[in-house]
Amino acid sequence: MSPLRNGLLSVGDLDLDGIGNIMKLSAVFSEVLGRDIPKVPALRGKTMAMVFSEDSTRTRTSFEIAAKKLSMDILSLNSSQSSIKKGESLKDTLANLHAIGADCFVIRHSSAGVPAQASTWLPVPIVNAGDGCHEHPTQALLDCYTLIKELNDSGDSADDDQILKCFNGLAVTIVGDVEHSRVARSLVKMLDMLGAVTTLCGPKTLMPKYVDKWPVRVRYRLDEVLPETQVCYVLRLQNERGSGIYLSSMREYAMNWGIDHRRDALLPDNAVIMHPGPVNRGVELASDIADSTRSLILDQASNGVAVRMAVIYMLLANSGDVTFDKGAFDKGNLVSMRYADRETNEQV
Amino acid sequence: MEQPLITERLRAVRQPAAMESSGEWCMAKFLMRGGTLVDATGVRSGLDVLIDRSDIVEIAPDISLPKGARLIDCDGCVISPGLVDLHTHLREPGNEEAETIESGTRAAAAGGYTAVVCMPNTEPPIDSAAVVRDIIFVSKDALCRVVPAGTITIGREGERLSPMVEMNACGVRIFTDDGRGVQNAFVMRRALEYASALGAIIAQHCEVDDLAEHTVMNEGYLSSIMGVKGAPNCAEELMLIRDLELAALCDARVHFMHLSTSGSVELVRRAKLAGKQVTAEVTPHHISLTDEMLSGYNSIYKVNPPLRARSDITELVKALSDGTVDAIATDHAPHTKASKELPLDQAPPGMIGLETALAVAITVLKGNSSGIPAEVSSPGRLTIEPSVLQYSMSMVDIIAAMSWKPAAIAGLDIASGGRHGGPLQPGAPANLAVFDPSAEWKVDASRLLSRSSNSPFDGLYLTGRVVHTIYEGEPVYLDGEATR
Repeated sequence: MSPLRNGLLSVGDLDLDGIGNIMKLSAVFSEVLGRDIPKVPALRGKTMAMVFSEDSTRTRTSFEIAAKKLSMDILSLNSSQSSIKKGESLKDTLANLHAIGADCFVIRHSSAGVPAQASTWLPVPIVNAGDGCHEHPTQALLDCYTLIKELNDSGDSADDDQILKCFNGLAVTIVGDVEHSRVARSLVKMLDMLGAVTTLCGPKTLMPKYVDKWPVRVRYRLDEVLPETQVCYVLRLQNERGSGIYLSSMREYAMNWGIDHRRDALLPDNAVIMHPGPVNRGVELASDIADSTRSLILDQASNGVAVRMAVIYMLLANSGDVTFDKGAFDKGNLVSMRYADRETNEQV
Repeated sequence: MEQPLITERLRAVRQPAAMESSGEWCMAKFLMRGGTLVDATGVRSGLDVLIDRSDIVEIAPDISLPKGARLIDCDGCVISPGLVDLHTHLREPGNEEAETIESGTRAAAAGGYTAVVCMPNTEPPIDSAAVVRDIIFVSKDALCRVVPAGTITIGREGERLSPMVEMNACGVRIFTDDGRGVQNAFVMRRALEYASALGAIIAQHCEVDDLAEHTVMNEGYLSSIMGVKGAPNCAEELMLIRDLELAALCDARVHFMHLSTSGSVELVRRAKLAGKQVTAEVTPHHISLTDEMLSGYNSIYKVNPPLRARSDITELVKALSDGTVDAIATDHAPHTKASKELPLDQAPPGMIGLETALAVAITVLKGNSSGIPAEVSSPGRLTIEPSVLQYSMSMVDIIAAMSWKPAAIAGLDIASGGRHGGPLQPGAPANLAVFDPSAEWKVDASRLLSRSSNSPFDGLYLTGRVVHTIYEGEPVYLDGEATR
């Protein structure tokens, strides 16, 4: 049982046990979120600093609400309205936020590696909330949690020791702009650890060079892989990272790699469609299909809160007055933990 | 940190400084005792070297200490001609926070260098005779000879030719837009023609911007999982191929800087076999470190061209050992700590190297023959692959690549009327490096004499340490300390 004492910079920081524990804890927090008062005092008094130097809706709000449900205080910094604009270096900004009292950092940055660099500057845990085209580990975790809930037919089974079994041999096809996708880089690593069979599909210009050394199959023709796909994970075409120059036109991309009605019909009946958001409707995913019953897009968004609660809890669980041991995962322990219930608060 | 403005310094210039140092501060005699002499003539032991003013006056066994002479202990050391660096960034004028001519030449002295060619990507760039004269003036009292390289194009913009004739008249022999390759083939053709008529050399930083712009490291498996843009080997090789053809067309000499790929050195090897007038350099970091150093996104290891794969290192070392590559040049590139603490894609490329170059060269190229155990991958040591060890070089060949060969390329050797690169004989200039070839030392970047500390070898153990450096008869570096 290793708490994420050093933060979560990459899926590579996790082992199978670690993923399993986060999944179990996420299920516990899912239950908390379903209560009348969906809030626990688990990390009351702890401060989480959010440093986002890149636009974000889902991830930012998801981390923020997750921290609030854990009764944390939040320092939120948007680089466009901070001293970084005045020329202060990121290192100085982070050091000052730490001095002010941040117990952990959630960092999103347009440059790959910034959370890793920050972890060498700061003595507190850091969560990578997406760094350039590198990784987005909490996205991969929430995607796996969403699949566990979907494939096991019942959220309850998430505290079973066999919860990760559903990934064994699972055929996942990741479609689109892999080159610029931090989501894909995290997800490929995690699916490999979990025993899934991952296929990447998209135009070759959007496949990283040396992708042949990744633990994946690579296919360029989507129609050939869809019939054997159980999970169709559609990536966003990242025009802000210059995907455009890798393509002939949006129309050609949509025609060849977009999930439209014809391609939807090629998928097995029980296949699901996922997307990390935001969706370019009509480009990588037809609008109706994004809203169809096989789409898990909104499940991903809502599950993200529980998963991020689990990650933040594990970050700080072993520091200071918050105890952390195997018992922390006993469902009863956390389930009985009620907001403003001082007695049970003691155990956590 | 306050530096006088260039205009103020120029006001103080009575007349352009002579290109050769007068050695006016060398009033004493020095007797260097106990060293092994290594120069282009080979290895000689059991000889003392007597220096008077700026020259060697006697080389003989057991010279008795003349009255008033100081003894310099060279026991167990190699005495070689001073090292010559074809590729140093001194950052002055323009970025004195990172390095100055004074601090950079002090670092050079600590590294055994008695002459450095300083790169023109300063601010303003060295693209006029005025800036050349300024640098020569400021470096009058420097701890080694400073030879400015001029730009190929105005402002290093790759468009209009710089005034090479005028700069050449001030002593500039090497022209380069270093930091950037000349992208336009027509401009490069005219530059080669223009420079060849002066007997000057065009030194090319080979990098095709279309393939390498905005890249932060080598393109490989690692860059693919790190999610950063990588430069493929061919970004370098394509420009090298083009320039070999253009140099042949213009009957011009061309020098290739900091080659980093196996393909590049193979192209140079074939060009040399075909009799083309081409020379090449590699850096200490490209023969010792791979792109794996960047796995933690530490921008200390970001450099242009990038650190490559193990297979490239092997081929670079092979090319050094068979003479395909002429010189080891540092590409000493100081950057402030703050600038290196930017995100990897924003941090400037470059690493310092003057003070570690000789030790890295000995550690990598002497291989087993210097007594380094085969399991060189022990913690804190450079990992040297068995494939590299097979190309280990003699001390004469290593110093050749760091002293007289680069001296000849830069026109600083005796044959070209200069004072560097040896050989060591009575009447020759006293520009000497004295180093202990088997001393083990741990690099502590914070204690290096460069004003910056962006050394990729920080914390590593290296073999071979400079003990004294004699510049124009003056011990500018003595017993491991700069004397001024």
